[in-house]
Amino acid sequence: MSAHVEEVHEHPPVGIPTFAKIWVALLVLTAIEVFLAYEQVPTLIMLTALVGLSVIKAALIIAYFMHLKFERFSLFLTLFPMLIFCILLMLIFLGDATRIPAMRPPS
Amino acid sequence: MSSQATATASVWEGGRSPYATNSKKFGMWLFIISDALTFSALLFAYTYCRVANPDWPKPFDFSPAIIFSSVMTFALLTSSLTMVMAVHAMNTGNRASTVKWIIATMIAGGTFVVLHLREWMHLIEGEHVTPFQNPWGVPLFGATFFSITGLHMTHVVIGIIYLAIICQAVARGKFKAEDVEVAGLYWHFVDLVWMFVFPLVYLMSAKV
Repeated sequence: MSAHVEEVHEHPPVGIPTFAKIWVALLVLTAIEVFLAYEQVPTLIMLTALVGLSVIKAALIIAYFMHLKFERFSLFLTLFPMLIFCILLMLIFLGDATRIPAMRPPS
Repeated sequence: MSSQATATASVWEGGRSPYATNSKKFGMWLFIISDALTFSALLFAYTYCRVANPDWPKPFDFSPAIIFSSVMTFALLTSSLTMVMAVHAMNTGNRASTVKWIIATMIAGGTFVVLHLREWMHLIEGEHVTPFQNPWGVPLFGATFFSITGLHMTHVVIGIIYLAIICQAVARGKFKAEDVEVAGLYWHFVDLVWMFVFPLVYLMSAKV
């Protein structure tokens, strides 16, 4: 029995039409972002909306273009929880950044 | 091995890949995760500066900057689609088609770099923006803009070189489907990073 038996490449159950649909969805989300950029909203709300849409786009790219949806779940569990955790840790000081403008002495 | 490893053995007992993937692909995934942390650190640093400075400059006119960067986004998204097509063609064993799709990916990536460099030259020569000063106020604007987009552009250029190497090897009958797939992973990651750079750096600084 060869040690390489389980390395046989399985073709994912998606084809070209799916990839084309994902591409169209990404373009539509980009167009929505460009539209949103011209709406007058506070910086933090704009940031949240744009980053939220970008996270959706990133998830689509990772799941379909990068095939992660069709890999073993253990690969996802190894890679992504720690990435998401580290990124959330970076958010901790955002509150301080928002307070800085109010702390500046008037010039 | 064949008698004991069949029914009860866990993939975590060693000797087998628990991810059912080859080591090149797993290596690329690890690199992508670490690179994702680099980019998120830069983007968070930028976001903090941005939130702390309400008078952050918004120099990007709809035409040409926003239109240019939207076209660049389109070029990168389309290059991701052509890269998927290349991987798909290689999985079905069609090397000639794979080479064509990889070249299409490189052309789209090249378009991105050319448009981006033109945008840089416009900012550097037309508006006299440097990493330490700019005509609109907050000096950090140049530092964050050039470091984030510069690091991303470096990734795109490296990606084009990477694809060129894969492409000529595939054309000469070398390399396997997994090699094209691993190159595809890197290319999609570069696309993915731009999906965050574009709204945060360009759209947030659009002149309304």
